[in-house]
Amino acid sequence: MKRGIRGPAKYPLILSAVVLVLFGLGAWLMQGQHIPVLMPSGSIASQERDLIVFTVALAAIIVIPVFVLLGAFAWKYREQNNATYQPESANNTVLEVIWWGIPIAIIVLLSIITWRTSHSLDPYRAIKSDNKTLEVEVVALQWKWLFIYPDQSVATINDLTIPVDTPVHFHLSADSPMSAFWVPDLGGQIYTMNGMSSQLHLIANKVGTYTGYNTNINGDGYADMTFKVHAVDDAQFKKWHETHAKSDIGLTKIRLESLMQPERMKEPMYMSLPDGDPYDSIIEKYMQGSGHATMNSMQGTSDMNMTMTDHGGTH
Amino acid sequence: MDWLLGRFSLDYLPTEPATIGAAIGMPLGVLAVVALLTYFHKWTWLWKNWLTSLDAKKIGVMYIVVALIMLIRGVADAFMLRAQTATSGPGGDGLFDVSTFQQVFTAHGTIMIFFVAMGLMFGLINVVLPLMLGTRDVAFPWMNSVSFWLFVAGMILNNLALVIGGFSNGGWLGYPPLTELQYNPGPGVDYWIWSLQIAGVGSLLSGINFLVTILKKRAAGMSLGKMPIFAWSVLVTTVLIIVAFPILTATLGMLALDRTMGMHFFTSDLGGNAMMYVNLIWAWGHPEVYILVLPAFGIYSEVVATFSRKKLFGYGTMVAALIAIMFFSFVVWLHHFFTMGSGANVNAFFGIMTMIIAIPTGVKIFNWLFTMYRGRIRFTSPFVWFLAFVVTFTLGGVTGVMMAVPAVDFQVHNTLFLVAHFHNTIIGGVVFGFMAGITYWFPKIFGFTLNERLGRYAAYLWQLGFIVAFMPLYALGLMGAVRRIDHYDNPEWVPFFIVSAVGVLIIAAAIGVQLLQFAYSIYKRNENRDLTGDPWDGRTLEWSVPSPAPEYNFAIAPTVTRRDEWWYAKNELKGRPHKSEYSDIQLPKNSGAGFIIGVLSFCFGFGIIWHMWWLAGIALLAIVVMIARRTMNDDSEYTIMAAELFELDGKRFHTEKKVSV
Amino acid sequence: MSVSHPLEQMEKVEATRLGFWLYLLSDVMLFSALFATFMILRHNTAGGPAGVDIFSPPYVLLQTMALLISSFTAAVALSAANHRKRREAIRYLIATGVFGLVFLGMELMEFSKLVGEGHTWQVSAFLTGFFTLVGTHGLHITVGLIWLGTFLFTLRKRLLDENMIRKLSLFTLFWHFLDLVWIWIFTIVYMFGVGL
Repeated sequence: MKRGIRGPAKYPLILSAVVLVLFGLGAWLMQGQHIPVLMPSGSIASQERDLIVFTVALAAIIVIPVFVLLGAFAWKYREQNNATYQPESANNTVLEVIWWGIPIAIIVLLSIITWRTSHSLDPYRAIKSDNKTLEVEVVALQWKWLFIYPDQSVATINDLTIPVDTPVHFHLSADSPMSAFWVPDLGGQIYTMNGMSSQLHLIANKVGTYTGYNTNINGDGYADMTFKVHAVDDAQFKKWHETHAKSDIGLTKIRLESLMQPERMKEPMYMSLPDGDPYDSIIEKYMQGSGHATMNSMQGTSDMNMTMTDHGGTH
Repeated sequence: MDWLLGRFSLDYLPTEPATIGAAIGMPLGVLAVVALLTYFHKWTWLWKNWLTSLDAKKIGVMYIVVALIMLIRGVADAFMLRAQTATSGPGGDGLFDVSTFQQVFTAHGTIMIFFVAMGLMFGLINVVLPLMLGTRDVAFPWMNSVSFWLFVAGMILNNLALVIGGFSNGGWLGYPPLTELQYNPGPGVDYWIWSLQIAGVGSLLSGINFLVTILKKRAAGMSLGKMPIFAWSVLVTTVLIIVAFPILTATLGMLALDRTMGMHFFTSDLGGNAMMYVNLIWAWGHPEVYILVLPAFGIYSEVVATFSRKKLFGYGTMVAALIAIMFFSFVVWLHHFFTMGSGANVNAFFGIMTMIIAIPTGVKIFNWLFTMYRGRIRFTSPFVWFLAFVVTFTLGGVTGVMMAVPAVDFQVHNTLFLVAHFHNTIIGGVVFGFMAGITYWFPKIFGFTLNERLGRYAAYLWQLGFIVAFMPLYALGLMGAVRRIDHYDNPEWVPFFIVSAVGVLIIAAAIGVQLLQFAYSIYKRNENRDLTGDPWDGRTLEWSVPSPAPEYNFAIAPTVTRRDEWWYAKNELKGRPHKSEYSDIQLPKNSGAGFIIGVLSFCFGFGIIWHMWWLAGIALLAIVVMIARRTMNDDSEYTIMAAELFELDGKRFHTEKKVSV
Repeated sequence: MSVSHPLEQMEKVEATRLGFWLYLLSDVMLFSALFATFMILRHNTAGGPAGVDIFSPPYVLLQTMALLISSFTAAVALSAANHRKRREAIRYLIATGVFGLVFLGMELMEFSKLVGEGHTWQVSAFLTGFFTLVGTHGLHITVGLIWLGTFLFTLRKRLLDENMIRKLSLFTLFWHFLDLVWIWIFTIVYMFGVGL
């Protein structure tokens, strides 16, 4: 080989320093930012955040030794260092037991947590609360969200006003390419699909305004499918839906058809329900005598609506 | 004229400035190459020495060249995306209209996976595998050529969309119903379908080819347990290819049937089920990412052992880990859509299966680390790529384990957090691995080494660029930024998007350094000639032949008695073999059929996309004829006589010097 | 001088055989994807006909017999070829072709009857799945018949040599595989379809 490799450690060290500085800058930049996934406002999201912290901590048990060993070995066993050299040594049962054993233990632990939380945080699982659950039907349209409150006889475009500390039971469908409903401050997302009805349970534990998003590309107006979630106190909620139930704008068949046209909507809209709740008819649009009845996504029956038992977690 | 031109029309020419630029620039680039070839009278040379060659090494180099050109296109796409998001926050207008943006991110993902990663992978395997196994070529050299030209046909279709028709806007996996006629009647999605379908057939054939090569064409004495571990990684990969790619073929086929024959597999109405597509495409999609990364793992094993001058730690466990990863990669696909509402039991099962893969993967990392332990490490650029891999890929693995927990995934799925994760693992694992491989095996093919210093700088820049481009995306995801958005309202996100755009520029600079490395190394090649065939003091058989490797690889078929045969055998060299030890060898004659089948496949795809059914029909028929002709061809080989081999081989015994590094 | 021609020849033969088996494995996966999709979609009749409305078990049984017989004749042809009985091999290959064509013809007739009655693949997901799964099998049969045709064409002029026998054995492998796939189709599509 031509010239020897000089100062091998120089550049990796400089690079590591630069990277650490960048991370520091990044962390500083993030101070004071609103980071909904890490600083949520609803109990579902809080539990999900706790899981994130927990899994990172578990992973660190493996990752930190890997980085330490990498640096240490690269340094100590570099050619110029003339350290012990055992070119034929390629087995060590003790070590293998350790690095099979510890990851297995971690994964076992994480698997148990996974099993538990997949159930406790199942979007189909009701949230136990003293307050009565609010039912909201959600329809993803191109390119806005239709929210129907069947018990309050109100419908809105892009405005999800809900009472605080009240479990909300969402039924979700779509007349749009596959979309997904997500409010990071309150909890995880679920897909919305034509001809199907999926479910989600969320609860807001702080008064405030949050942003909701569509996470699955559904055409040109995809990035405009944001909506606002207003968590308000009970009195305000009552006033809100009572006012809009009397709205001049009604969610009639004709208006629904016009809403189904591909169009972005900047301003929220508030409607009454003069012709009743159109949610089932929206799903029916794609059913047309197909063999399967209104499925709850991939499950098929309504036993996913059970109130949860004591699996630790949701209240 | 309807039947003649189908739905082809000049109305489909681009109207957006950036696309017009590309639509003019790309053909100009091609024309420039054509002009150069004509001016220097190189057409015959190109046809005889490269395009019709059935030598796996040549085919491999062509794959890599195409893949690297596509890498430049892919990074250019990436820069467009990040330039857009850096300038489209509140108050900003961005640079491109949303339709262009959506086509660009779809093209970016499609090109990077199918034409860059797969191209580099097949390229390196072609170059290295036969040499490493001690054999002359792959099992089916003619089919190998066909695979390559199918790859090229797919690549050209993909890029042609920029010139006329527009590309799909449905993301690299094209979920229906967005990609159905209801929402996307134009040719864009069809370009996407057929470029992948054609390239996919090529991939499947390559999978069969390489598996048969490994199982049937190893050198005498090389049992599977004495095979280099890179070959094991290829073996496992080919099994994945053979089992997974037909699923892609079937699924894309069904979508194509929906679109061209009005069927209802995945439509919203008349009983179609879009969720079925999601399941099928990911049943292919997850094995696909292991197809990409496992050969890279194989490369790391070779690189770490060679540059630590030490035996690979735990060969047996490494093989077991590869096989475990292979099996598990088939039972995790649902983790790509935990949020589709499959229920807690199903989600939990797939989540747990996903986490289990982390175990053999982690074990491999420890095995590599302890290969370094008590070795004598040389910080060559392949080794630097390996270091970058460990750092980068491990981080990606962490976020992967996080998202394997369904309840966590609910909050980060389809956000920029996810985007950061998969780039983390693909760049750290796949890209860095193939860069290491290219640098490592370059001298074997071309006879001189690449400039080491520039190689290391490129690696550092890639590492830095990766961090600057993707760490902000993790933060953005947690802040609520979803993927594939072309604009946003939240001012807090702007600085992060700007930093990310700078990161892409750094990566572009890194690629610039790599191009400079190639140019400079070619310029300085006489000073860096590999005169011994073993520039790195390697361990495996490819280093026992001269550089550049002769067409026939080994003048005398080698016999193997142990693992890392060359490492031990090189100290037992017996000098020039006697004339009687040489035998005649048969090599495949060149064949233009692969090229022609590539052209015909392109015509087939083009015909279907534009509804020119006559063209598709004739092309398909012609392909069948070409294949039938080959099966009846009994005169497809030529002989190199033993005496000639003796002479050719003798040259290297005059120039060989003792290996010194 | 040790020329390893026979050894290399044998290597090539083994390699081709293994390669063909691997191709069949990939075909299994292709059909699996189509089967899985059909199973999921088979009740989505969208107001159109279901299996019980359009399938005729006696008809399909006849079809199946034709294919099974052609598989049998293919096996006999191969055996004859192995014993270098050229005329017999050709005869049984022709028989294979004839029964294969009967199978294909019956399938095409079934398809055109359905299309004529308006039960096309555009009507429902069920019919989409049906036409595609059965049609893909039919396409494979067609390719097989073309392949068989090339054998008959070549054998007119040439002798039945080792090379030809090897190719023939690959063909019979392919043909038996298609038979197997048909059994699955027969059971899952037709029998389950009419409620058996």
